[in-house]
Amino acid sequence: MTAVAGTDTARRVEVRSAGRFLFGAAVVVLCVWVLVPIYLLFVNTLSSPQEVSGFPKTGIPSFDFGSISFFLNFAGVLDALLNSIIVAVLTMILSIGIGAPAGYALSRFDFPGKEAFRLLVVMTRAFPLPLLALPLAVLFIRTGLDDTQIGLAIVHTVLALPFAVLITFSLFSGIPVELEEAAWTLGCNRWQAFRKVVLPLVLPGIVASAVFAFIISWNEVFAAAVLTIHNRTLTAFLVQNLNVSPLHLKFAGGAALVIPALIFIFAVRRYLFAMWGIANR
Amino acid sequence: MPNKALPYLLLLPATLFLLVFFVYPFVEIALLAFTGPEGFTLQHIQTMATHWKFRPALGWTLLLAAVVVPIQLALALSMASIVSTLERGRGTILYIFSIPLGLSDLAAGIIWLAIFEQSGFLNSLLVGLGIIDQPILFLGYQSIWVIFLAVVMAEVWRATAIMMVILVAGMGLIPKEYYEAAEVFGAGPWKRFLKITLPLLRPSLQTALILRTLLAFEVFAVVIALGGTTLPVLMGETFQWQFALQNRSVASAYALVILIISVAATLVYLRALRVPKGATL
Repeated sequence: MTAVAGTDTARRVEVRSAGRFLFGAAVVVLCVWVLVPIYLLFVNTLSSPQEVSGFPKTGIPSFDFGSISFFLNFAGVLDALLNSIIVAVLTMILSIGIGAPAGYALSRFDFPGKEAFRLLVVMTRAFPLPLLALPLAVLFIRTGLDDTQIGLAIVHTVLALPFAVLITFSLFSGIPVELEEAAWTLGCNRWQAFRKVVLPLVLPGIVASAVFAFIISWNEVFAAAVLTIHNRTLTAFLVQNLNVSPLHLKFAGGAALVIPALIFIFAVRRYLFAMWGIANR
Repeated sequence: MPNKALPYLLLLPATLFLLVFFVYPFVEIALLAFTGPEGFTLQHIQTMATHWKFRPALGWTLLLAAVVVPIQLALALSMASIVSTLERGRGTILYIFSIPLGLSDLAAGIIWLAIFEQSGFLNSLLVGLGIIDQPILFLGYQSIWVIFLAVVMAEVWRATAIMMVILVAGMGLIPKEYYEAAEVFGAGPWKRFLKITLPLLRPSLQTALILRTLLAFEVFAVVIALGGTTLPVLMGETFQWQFALQNRSVASAYALVILIISVAATLVYLRALRVPKGATL
């Protein structure tokens, strides 16, 4: 009797450890699947132009900066980088500047029309937003905003604004109203209470959602390629030159796109899930 | 300041912004697609529909979404389940899994180009292992199915993370007690997943599927980076008509098609994964 029970537990332990091994293997395989392609891009970026078009490849970077310096000295690249940064910063400012007040209003007040506004924000999700670039190109020509950084930043803000509203809404909802009310009774007016009590508490979250807006703009391809000709962003520059540019230019350009995104995602990783958890609702 | 007006003042900038740069432009797309010099016309729709690339573009776009989204759903569910059961190293694994979330589709296309191009890493590996003698031209214009496969790989690699993050956030909302109760009644891990996780995850599944399917219809830069114009997709054709052929009206007609399939997909998901009122957690 006891012997039977003994083998039974032994088998159960065996099954469990086999399961644990499979589980660990799955984690490793998935990590490799995510990381190796990025590693290979950096191998190509850190190789000389000859190595990039050479064959076969070793998969180990030679740390030759030929491709990178070719990329940086290529006509238009530095301007494109600068334009990308300017547009992304403008998008960041616009989407937080317009979105945060809306998020605050949604979290603190009950008023007729609230649901209509929420619907408007949620509706943006059912539409392919980069297509906005087509009609807006016409509008921008009429108003002199065509081929400008601010024009493109406006389109990118439409992409980023719904996130900014929903994220700030939940950030403000996480701060008890009682804190604000306490500040009012101590003589602060609404604005002072907001600035001295609420703002310091939500600032890290606001910064995270601003970074998120930056990345949305930095990564956007279609609208950038449609709307900019002289003031091209990096993505627009790369897309418009894809069929004429040599391989090492493409890979160095790809790496230039990836690096800031990697850094920023690392910086806001704590907020990533809070953000998407909210974007759920 | 009267408290009644404050929420409206705070919402005003965001509302105006969305009306001018989101609602109006989508009306304008329809106007552009249906008007010619003499008012209403179906000319542009006809030009689009009779062009030899329209049917392939529509077909490939739908097929791509039909292949990519289910793979991503399965992979994202596995990744999210893994992350939810992890005890040690959860933060690190989660960060690694979510890295592709911050990468642009153009960067993803370039990354997979490094693997699939003729002198790339896949050929190097195959030759190194002695499977083939000569590097194969994978992405030539005669091998459209290989390009399709490469696009599927790149899309699955890049955009599964966003579904995973939404699902992880959703799983976090499911009360632990449900699982404990199920375990008491003898439900194994697979049964718990089917009977508890999946049904309660419905709101998150809905969000993730809508988001991903729409983004799949908008596929553009990955395809351009890997196959140029060999593999026609709707967004690529929109870009060609707008940018290379300078025909805004036909481009808008294409945009309208993408818009219609996007809204249709959203409605299908909203109905199929309907969340009963009051049943949310």
